[in-house]
Amino acid sequence: MSTATSAPAAVAAPTAPPKKRKGPWLPIFFWVFLVITLLPIITMIVYSFNDTPTSRITFRWHGFTTYWYQNLTQVQGLPEAFLLSVVIALLSAIISIALGVPLAMALERYKFWGKSALSTTVFADIAAPSIVVGAASLSFFLSSNITLGFWTVLLVHVTFCLAYVVVVVRARLSGSGMVLEQAAADLGATPLVAFTKVTLPLLVPGMIAAGALALAMSIDDYVITSFVAGPAVTFPLFVYGAAKVGLPPQVLCFGTIIFVIGLLVMLLNSWITRRGQR
Amino acid sequence: MTALAPTAPAPTSTPPTNLRARVRRNPAPYLLALAGAAWLLVLFVIPLISGLAVSLMTGNPQEGYTFTWNWGVYGQLFGPGASTPYWLFLGRGIFYGVMATIVTILVGYPMAYFIAFRARPEWKNALLLLVMLSFLVSFIIRTDMWAFLLSDQGPVLTVLRGIHLVGKDFHILGTNAAVIGGLAYNDLAFMVLPIYLALERIDPRLIEASADLYGKKPATFFHTVLPLTRSGIFAGILLVFIDSAGDPVSPSLLGGTHTYTIGQAIQDAYLTNQQYNVAAALSTVLMIVLGVILFAYARIAGTDNIEDLV
Amino acid sequence: MTPTDPAVMRGLTQARLSRRTLLRGAVTGLGAMAMAATLAGCGIKGSDAGQAARNIDWKAFWASQKKTGHLDFANWPLYIDQDKGKIPSLEMFTKATGIKVNYQAVIQNNAPFYATIAPQLRAQQSIGYDIIVMTNGWEVTELINNGFVMELDHSRLPNFAKYAADNVKNPPYDPNNAHSVVWQSGFTGLAYNKKLAPKKVTSFQDLLDPAFAGHVGMMNDNTELGGAGLLATGVKPVDSTPDDWRRAAEWLIKARSNVSGYYDQSYIDKLQNGDTWVSQAWSGDIFQAQANGATDIEFVVPEEGQAIWHDNMMIPMQAQHPVDALEWMNFYYTPEIAGIVEDWVNYICPVPDAKQYIADELEDPDVSDSPLVFPTADMEARSNELYVFKNYDEYELWNSIFNPVIQS
Repeated sequence: MSTATSAPAAVAAPTAPPKKRKGPWLPIFFWVFLVITLLPIITMIVYSFNDTPTSRITFRWHGFTTYWYQNLTQVQGLPEAFLLSVVIALLSAIISIALGVPLAMALERYKFWGKSALSTTVFADIAAPSIVVGAASLSFFLSSNITLGFWTVLLVHVTFCLAYVVVVVRARLSGSGMVLEQAAADLGATPLVAFTKVTLPLLVPGMIAAGALALAMSIDDYVITSFVAGPAVTFPLFVYGAAKVGLPPQVLCFGTIIFVIGLLVMLLNSWITRRGQR
Repeated sequence: MTALAPTAPAPTSTPPTNLRARVRRNPAPYLLALAGAAWLLVLFVIPLISGLAVSLMTGNPQEGYTFTWNWGVYGQLFGPGASTPYWLFLGRGIFYGVMATIVTILVGYPMAYFIAFRARPEWKNALLLLVMLSFLVSFIIRTDMWAFLLSDQGPVLTVLRGIHLVGKDFHILGTNAAVIGGLAYNDLAFMVLPIYLALERIDPRLIEASADLYGKKPATFFHTVLPLTRSGIFAGILLVFIDSAGDPVSPSLLGGTHTYTIGQAIQDAYLTNQQYNVAAALSTVLMIVLGVILFAYARIAGTDNIEDLV
Repeated sequence: MTPTDPAVMRGLTQARLSRRTLLRGAVTGLGAMAMAATLAGCGIKGSDAGQAARNIDWKAFWASQKKTGHLDFANWPLYIDQDKGKIPSLEMFTKATGIKVNYQAVIQNNAPFYATIAPQLRAQQSIGYDIIVMTNGWEVTELINNGFVMELDHSRLPNFAKYAADNVKNPPYDPNNAHSVVWQSGFTGLAYNKKLAPKKVTSFQDLLDPAFAGHVGMMNDNTELGGAGLLATGVKPVDSTPDDWRRAAEWLIKARSNVSGYYDQSYIDKLQNGDTWVSQAWSGDIFQAQANGATDIEFVVPEEGQAIWHDNMMIPMQAQHPVDALEWMNFYYTPEIAGIVEDWVNYICPVPDAKQYIADELEDPDVSDSPLVFPTADMEARSNELYVFKNYDEYELWNSIFNPVIQS
């Protein structure tokens, strides 16, 4: 925890550190490792255009082609797996927000019996290793005779997304207290009006951030899903299975498309914030 | 009206002594928390207990499993007479977790430091974005791309052999280093982000003051900056270590014959051999071992409640 | 607050582990025990309790089933003809019968696939596939003995009776083909990279050669691995005893110092990209790799002998479209379709007449003349069937002997 307290308003804005000669090693280090982290992405993008004779990626370069992009749905099982992942991610995000936001409000703003136990449980949910959570969930479903499939995947995804939602929303709520709602009540607002006009707008950015995080965690989850999916195949499960024999190039195409979309969204987001600041 | 009333009881009245009275006094938090708490109870807490229960069952896939309070399974799996060295796999998992954590700190801290202190303020968000960028792609695809890049006839080793930096027999895949590299790569963001946030919170005037006191930059760093970012490092260590210790994907895609780890053992026991009791026992032991390590870690960091660290 | 203030002293010296935390811990522990005990009532069902108990009138069953126009087909990767992502034989099937096929190459290995479908079969639920293809081994025996697969209506399989090879009719693991018909058979031998390997590979003993250190691949399927070990130590798998198994495991552990990894079908990836120079391999995979440009890789029948196995199409219970499954089985067992599939897959064809079709219509003597696709008597003499497990205890013993080779 930083021990720096908030600067008293009376003091002038902090000045930049004195301009000394700065060594080049840190920037070099940063950029070298940044390129290393992006190396697999670049490989993926490049080889999604490789004109391989078979329908599996190979690392000999055979020539440029967009055939694989034009035939994205050809690989049996891949579009369905991707769609399943997206559907589960969206549902998980929605349900975990619906459950997690009230839970976060309760934990952050009130004291009640069982609060520390609940708080610890949420923390354990985030901290627990995926393999233990997956194994435990599978044990539970097996001994209760619940069929593995879409519903078990959804249930488990909501469970771990819930913890992330609670943490993010709690972080957003911390420090604001009930002051604003009380002010609204003083001004004559009924609880419902106070909620919709004061609390909800405060929560919305946190809900969006939590939803995005839940979406990302759910779409990319492999370990937990592998335990409870049974016959259902999500995108990470499909890729893992296909990676053993040789990925179809369309998988790289999907990866590239998702990457580009995510990149555009991020750029759009920062452009909007930049404009908002002006 | 009561939903938004402050909950702290008036200082002079005695707090309610039983649950029903408390709920009647202020039902708001209980109502809000009910759905989420019930969900967590049924789908998180109970499965963990169920895992313990399954580990105490005996049987086989043919005849089914029945609960027999078979505590002996733990002795069978980890005791001296064990047919498979599960203790070795567990130790290996912990080892990978520790090494991956160290690597992410060594790589992630300088990167976070660069963005926080050496980058121009208008570029900070963009640089952070760049670091997080690779995580837009599924981590299995990324790990598979590494498996290709680092393969014996792949581009990296071909170049290294070409400039005579390594011998003909040098290989990367299948070694502990490859697995640790893969684990560290996939968890880098978990370390960079908390450290960056902690660095950002430091008041620059403290650094100025420290520079005035100590004079030399390394001293400033070690005596001032590093201790102030302790919470960020601790958060990162927590996330990276737990994620890496049990991960089965990197050892599976990047490893070889002597990289078999506890995560893979648990997966194989459930998903290949259907030895549910063995699998559940392994998973429970992993959970307890990690829990003990976490608890010791929290104590060293000086608090009874590990949440205070994050 | 001076340091001598009693409140401060108490705060500084108070034990962290208060009675409260201990009590809390004890209560949680007891609660967990109580819950475990209640959950204990729910055990996990085994296969025995499953479907074998039901006696089904198969004639009546098949009479009541109708064609639905849809088929879910689960198979192994690289196991059907491909044309830049399309599957010609399935397209011909759809044109001829109107049945659309959802083909999923989801089976990577027998044991993991069986572990996935077994819980549903035990619960008598549909697994989502109408045809599954599994190798003759423990899993197939399990499926048949536990009543997890349907009995086939051979009156709807006239092509099978007409065109199937003699050695796939009435196999020992499934008398009278009551539950299965062969999809492909195959050999498990050795494959090596002619360019990268330091010397020619002719026998299992070459795997022990230090020249290959770090570049040897073996399979992680216990049955295949054990079979290789048995052949390497001079024992025919079908005649082997547990003592033979232990000796085989010792040989495998000796070889392990050279082994770079124990792979499922991903061995072919490692061979093709040069990480391994020699590996246990399935004959058809190597043929396909050669056809796709990996001309440096060659399949070798080891001196000690190779293994032969049969992959079988079966219809799991509660399949949603069983009649469509039978239609495909019948459609496949013709020289034309089997020939088309064989020309690409290059394993052992169960339809001898396809040889003529491939030679004449497809004009591919590389395949039609190959003893690995249409085996000669000599090739069959060098092939050994895999061990047949009599019961679960034997299977468990085999696994306990060979698992430590892989898990180290």
